[in-house]
Amino acid sequence: MNGQEAAVVVNDPSLIIIALLPFIGALLPGMMIRAGRNACAIFTALPTVLSLIMLLLLAPSVMAGQIITVELSWLPQLGLSVAFFLDGLGLLFAAMILGVGLLITLYARFYLSGDDPMGQFYTYLLLFQGAMLGIVLSDNILLLLIFWELTSLSSFLLIGYWKHLPEGRQGARMALAVTAAGGLAMIGGMLILGEIVGSYKLTDILGAGEAIRASDWYMPALILILLGAFTKSAQFPFHFWLPHAMAAPTPVSAYLHSATMVKAGVFLMARMWPVLAGTEAWFYIVTTTGLVTMVLGALIALFKDDLKALLAFSTVSHLGLLTMLLGFGTPMAAVVAVFHIINHLTFKAALFMTAGIIDHEAHTRDIKRLGGLRTLMPVTFVLGTIAALSMAGIPLLNGFLSKEMMLEEASHTDWAGSPWALPVLATLGALLSVAYSFRFIVHVFFGRVREDYPHKPHDPPFGLWIAPALLVGLVVLIGILPHVAEPLVRVAAGAVTGGTLPEFHLKIWHGITPALYMSVIAVLAGAALLAAHRPLDRAWIAAPRPEAKAIFDGLVGGAVGLSRWVTQRTHDGAMSRYLAIFVGSTTLLGYLAWRGGGMPPQTREMLPVPPLVLVGWVLLLVAAGSMALMHRNRFRSLVVMGVIGLTISVGFVYLSAPDLALTQISVETVTIMLLLLALHYMPKASPVESSAGRRIRDGVIAIAGGAGVGALALMFLLRDTPTISDYHLANSYEGGGGTNVVNVILVDFRGYDTYGEIIVLGIAGLIIYAVMKALLNGPAARKLRNTDYSLDRSRDRHPLMMVIATRVMMPIAILVGVYIFLRGHNQPGGGFVAGLVVSIALLMQYMASGFAWTQSRQKIEYHAMIGWGVVIAGLTGAGAWLGGKPFLTSGYDYFHFPPIEEFELATAMLFDLGVFLAVLGAVMLMLYSLSRIARYAGETVNREPMDYDPSADRTTRTTKEQE
Amino acid sequence: MEFIVASSVGALTAAGIYLILRLRAFSTILGLALLSYAVNIFLFASGRLSIDMPPVLSPYGEANYTDPLPQALVLTAIVISFGMTAVLVMVALGAYLESDDDRIDMAEAAENAEYGAGGRE
Repeated sequence: MNGQEAAVVVNDPSLIIIALLPFIGALLPGMMIRAGRNACAIFTALPTVLSLIMLLLLAPSVMAGQIITVELSWLPQLGLSVAFFLDGLGLLFAAMILGVGLLITLYARFYLSGDDPMGQFYTYLLLFQGAMLGIVLSDNILLLLIFWELTSLSSFLLIGYWKHLPEGRQGARMALAVTAAGGLAMIGGMLILGEIVGSYKLTDILGAGEAIRASDWYMPALILILLGAFTKSAQFPFHFWLPHAMAAPTPVSAYLHSATMVKAGVFLMARMWPVLAGTEAWFYIVTTTGLVTMVLGALIALFKDDLKALLAFSTVSHLGLLTMLLGFGTPMAAVVAVFHIINHLTFKAALFMTAGIIDHEAHTRDIKRLGGLRTLMPVTFVLGTIAALSMAGIPLLNGFLSKEMMLEEASHTDWAGSPWALPVLATLGALLSVAYSFRFIVHVFFGRVREDYPHKPHDPPFGLWIAPALLVGLVVLIGILPHVAEPLVRVAAGAVTGGTLPEFHLKIWHGITPALYMSVIAVLAGAALLAAHRPLDRAWIAAPRPEAKAIFDGLVGGAVGLSRWVTQRTHDGAMSRYLAIFVGSTTLLGYLAWRGGGMPPQTREMLPVPPLVLVGWVLLLVAAGSMALMHRNRFRSLVVMGVIGLTISVGFVYLSAPDLALTQISVETVTIMLLLLALHYMPKASPVESSAGRRIRDGVIAIAGGAGVGALALMFLLRDTPTISDYHLANSYEGGGGTNVVNVILVDFRGYDTYGEIIVLGIAGLIIYAVMKALLNGPAARKLRNTDYSLDRSRDRHPLMMVIATRVMMPIAILVGVYIFLRGHNQPGGGFVAGLVVSIALLMQYMASGFAWTQSRQKIEYHAMIGWGVVIAGLTGAGAWLGGKPFLTSGYDYFHFPPIEEFELATAMLFDLGVFLAVLGAVMLMLYSLSRIARYAGETVNREPMDYDPSADRTTRTTKEQE
Repeated sequence: MEFIVASSVGALTAAGIYLILRLRAFSTILGLALLSYAVNIFLFASGRLSIDMPPVLSPYGEANYTDPLPQALVLTAIVISFGMTAVLVMVALGAYLESDDDRIDMAEAAENAEYGAGGRE
């Protein structure tokens, strides 16, 4: 019974190329615009033509009932794959998208003026075309969703193409907000479908209709998916974005609003038809929405003076018609819907292009300022009139055929038990449609020739009218010989229903049917309505009616106001407040997580505590407490911080972490020096600013947070967890050639981490240098010069004892650094610690002998040192490639040169040298930058190691004594 | 011993949190320094505590070693937190020199807070 299952599935990779060509092609117009506008248009048409040709090559097999698929797995575990498939429905839509795209490319070439950036336009157009093509060809609903959102985004760019027009920007924003919001809803619905079926493949989902309709989640999925489709297809009450999107250039309107964007929603409903349709909920939601939209859109269209607005609302109305047909849920209604999709495309695209021509030539598209164009623009008149008559549903044109079939379907469908509701309202819609179509013809082309056109209109060049002419040709062809469209309608409708179709033939004369009476009523009453248009129009203008844009703006304004209120409440610029909220809520979440249970039992006993450790503990607690209590005195808190750092390094020694102890103690030293240097230019005390209540509040937060972290640490320490460290211990010597496992991890096992970290450290050094440079070029430099720091300074800045002592110590300190570096691989030490130790040795020279004196003896720039460090580490890592090993694999060997004992050399040491240089350079650059500021603060330069010469002083004294 | 380490982490965290909630940049930097101590100790302790078992392979046969991996991670963390502190200090110093003020809250926020709190001491 199911035709889809019987269909032959063929694999053909060219489908991927068809889908991707527009995206690849989107790169071309931007480049080709330099070669001129014609080249640009040709290169835009090229990918479209190629895609179209490839599609047509596949068409015969699809028409024969085959389904063409292709799939590239990406993350099969998540159901993510790049999968495309082509069946009748996809073929119809893809052909429409590409075919009309081609016509639009041609039309836009002549429509856009020389001032418009054409390359941009064509890029957007191709992006949009690719996104649409993706929707209709996707075989994976997740992929479909991505393309769906892409159409929202690219149509945003197209609608807002005339960036200088506020209407364009607002319309684009509105379209994006509405369609993207619907897209979000649809993502939810699609995910539900995927969950129900257990697959995200569209073909799987289409085969699981019964399971989906029986599921409890059917209703939510239906509503969410319909929200997506209705917003996209501008169904009531989301219809309002479409007319505002008319601010776009006319080629965009013609493309988006006839063949593509708005049809995406209809396409989706058709695609999902076998899965979702056929239930009561589907019938009432979809049919009713479609019906209301059809009548309302047609009514508003009748009273729109802007040609494009009239066409926009007529599009809304016709989309309602299609939605209603799909809502009926009968196979025959689906056939009619497919047929009307084709017909609507042909006449509506032609009408939009005609409206664009009129706008282009007469410089207005206000119906009340037009009229009498029949003689001035005969070609346009013929094209516009035929297309509009088709829209009205006049025989021998294609619009008549599908409208007649629609009325026929409506005439035997009951709505809520009433056999009359649908036929009457459908006839009303048709009647209004006739009225506005006639108005388009009569008020624009007939009547007197006026004198006051903004621009004297005449027929456009061939390039502008050929595209609508081709479409009008189709209108007439299908209208007179409907059976030419029959195979396509049949295969597409078959794909919609996924089953066998009822017996049908597309023909002009169906005999005297209820639909014929309804058509006749519609045409006659529609013409009568147009005759009475003038008084009706006055009444319409006078009547109060809700303005969708105002409501939308109000909603958006409300949302903006609400989020602003929330933002101001929570993000008021007070960092202390954010931090309090952050710490408080994190602690609370941690507590809630703990309350949730799941704590494994304790597996470790506590280690004993010797008395000396207790002393250290008390010291640390007192120091931490005093930091909090005495932080206002900044110098004192730095001293206390030093105490904490030293206690921690002692703790590291005790707890079997000699490397950490070495690092901690040297980092502590440079940190305190850095803070002292900075404090020199900052206030020496923090004033009391917060109230007692606030301090208590902060204290409570702090104690709660601290208690939480402490408890967490304790729980953690008393339990065992699996570890990967045994691997490192076992392989350190064999694989890394070192016995200090920590160092081997740093330079070998996790060398990539270390490499990244020295780069980060180097960047930090450069940032500090850059900030310093920027500061000294700004107002800060003036301030530094004008502040008197002399009170802070000792008269004896470079004491004799210190100068001598540091110089004597310098070689020793450097030697210690080298020693620590060399032994690092096998004993505690290594590049990090050595770099810090050497930088402390150098810093001592700066402190004791003065900045300028030391600087003049410095031979290597610190920037270069950072750079060399990173380069050496990187090259060492890359060296492993020469041995055919992955990046940062280290090698080692033992060497023996008499009289030295046998020793080991590892490439890891070279890497560690890079670490050493980078650390040294970064630390020195940081402190050097801070010291440079001192020069601006009026600190005098000493050329000599000491500020004054003791021997000179003695000479003076001796002279005095002599006197 | 575990309690000693855990309580030290807790105390450092508490002091650090209190300090980062102060209104001046310098206090905040001190607070962050204390927090990085706490985090470093915590990370180090995630290898569990052991005494007299440094992860330096012994040439004298079988021996027990403490977990070396957290130590390696903390070693770089200590150096990096120094770099972070240095950048913060420089930014704070720049802000102070340019604006004559080392408050961390924006001016209007301070006014709002005053207004909302109903005065201060």
